[in-house]
Amino acid sequence: MTSKKTELMVGIFVALAIAATLLLALQVANKGMSGGGEAYVVNAKFDNIGGLKPRSSVKVGGVVVGRVSRIYLDEQELIPVVVMEISDEYAQTFPETSSVSILTAGLLGEQYVGLTPGFIFPGEDPIYLGDKEGETQFIVDTKSALVLEDLIGQFLFGKDSE
Amino acid sequence: MNWLINLGAGTLSRLSAIGNASLMLWGGLFALPRLKNIPLIIQQIYVVGVQSLLIIIVSGLFIGMVMALQGYTILVNYGAEGSLGPMVALSLLRELGPVVTALLFAGRAGSALTAEIGLMKATEQLSSLEMMAVDPLRRIISPRFWAGVISMPLLALIFSAVGILGGHLVGVDWLGVDSGSYWSIMQATVEWDKDVINGVIKSIVFALVVVWIALYKGYDAIPTSEGISKATTETVVFSSLAVLGLDFVLTALMFGIN
Repeated sequence: MTSKKTELMVGIFVALAIAATLLLALQVANKGMSGGGEAYVVNAKFDNIGGLKPRSSVKVGGVVVGRVSRIYLDEQELIPVVVMEISDEYAQTFPETSSVSILTAGLLGEQYVGLTPGFIFPGEDPIYLGDKEGETQFIVDTKSALVLEDLIGQFLFGKDSE
Repeated sequence: MNWLINLGAGTLSRLSAIGNASLMLWGGLFALPRLKNIPLIIQQIYVVGVQSLLIIIVSGLFIGMVMALQGYTILVNYGAEGSLGPMVALSLLRELGPVVTALLFAGRAGSALTAEIGLMKATEQLSSLEMMAVDPLRRIISPRFWAGVISMPLLALIFSAVGILGGHLVGVDWLGVDSGSYWSIMQATVEWDKDVINGVIKSIVFALVVVWIALYKGYDAIPTSEGISKATTETVVFSSLAVLGLDFVLTALMFGIN
């Protein structure tokens, strides 16, 4: 009745549909698709991360060098910790004294992490981000996201005190 | 007086058509639980599903690409080209995926079903089956009905997925939207039950309607060349109109009223 070829084609059809469902599911479930390539991990603590999300980009002067891989709340200090993966292409590039801030692309755009490379003390062995294998490395100098309400509050408060 | 007679006759013939169609749907729906029918269904999935793949994939790809191109030219004015991902994904999953698939399916597979069954009727194959004590509803209508209902949601899912990839192709690879923001904002916006599952439900409803109309038009066709040609045309016109009308109702129920 049903030939083998027909069954094979129907099998391919159903497999394609499953692949499509998986693609849709993974997009929603927010898993996988890390962008590929080797990367090293850098952490940073912020007071407020605003609208930053996993997979947001990490940029240096507008050039994408990595992605935010995870955001969680530090259990002792109760402040958000952002885990970033920076491409191995940029290993041994950014000194440990680099700073990160959460910026917004355009007026309505998404938020991203802006990395500003720091300086190297003359006469010392330079330490770069990603140098310390195995242990979690934190960037000390961080600037939080701007929250519009806080900004307005500061503005009003500033006016009162004048 | 004459127009009253016409009105009455028209109403009666429409009512009896709806009755016949319902009886046929009943026969089609409840002829499922028979194991030996499964090869017949697979054969029909090949005809209505696999053979529609090419047109679905190509249309999905180009619709996704066009949406990314159009969306980008507008969104870039506001510096919001990062929202391209959710725009493409939501319009495909909620509306274009199910609706365009149903329209293409009506044109590609629905018309073929009508013509096939109409010709079977014209050449008295259906009557011969009955003579051999084989129920044509069970043997001919039911496998085609179930094959259509199974195939169309799968086609709609493939359509949406290919469209999103097409949007990625134009938006990210060509126009330079950041790949991370294309996917991450999409992931943050699209919800599995609200968007994906509702799209699948829509496409199952459209499948029921399109296949039902196609099969009934064939089953009910006047067994002449003109009759079959008329039935085929009516299949495409009626099922397209039904899909567009139902889409509004379903959208209002799913997304309009909270």
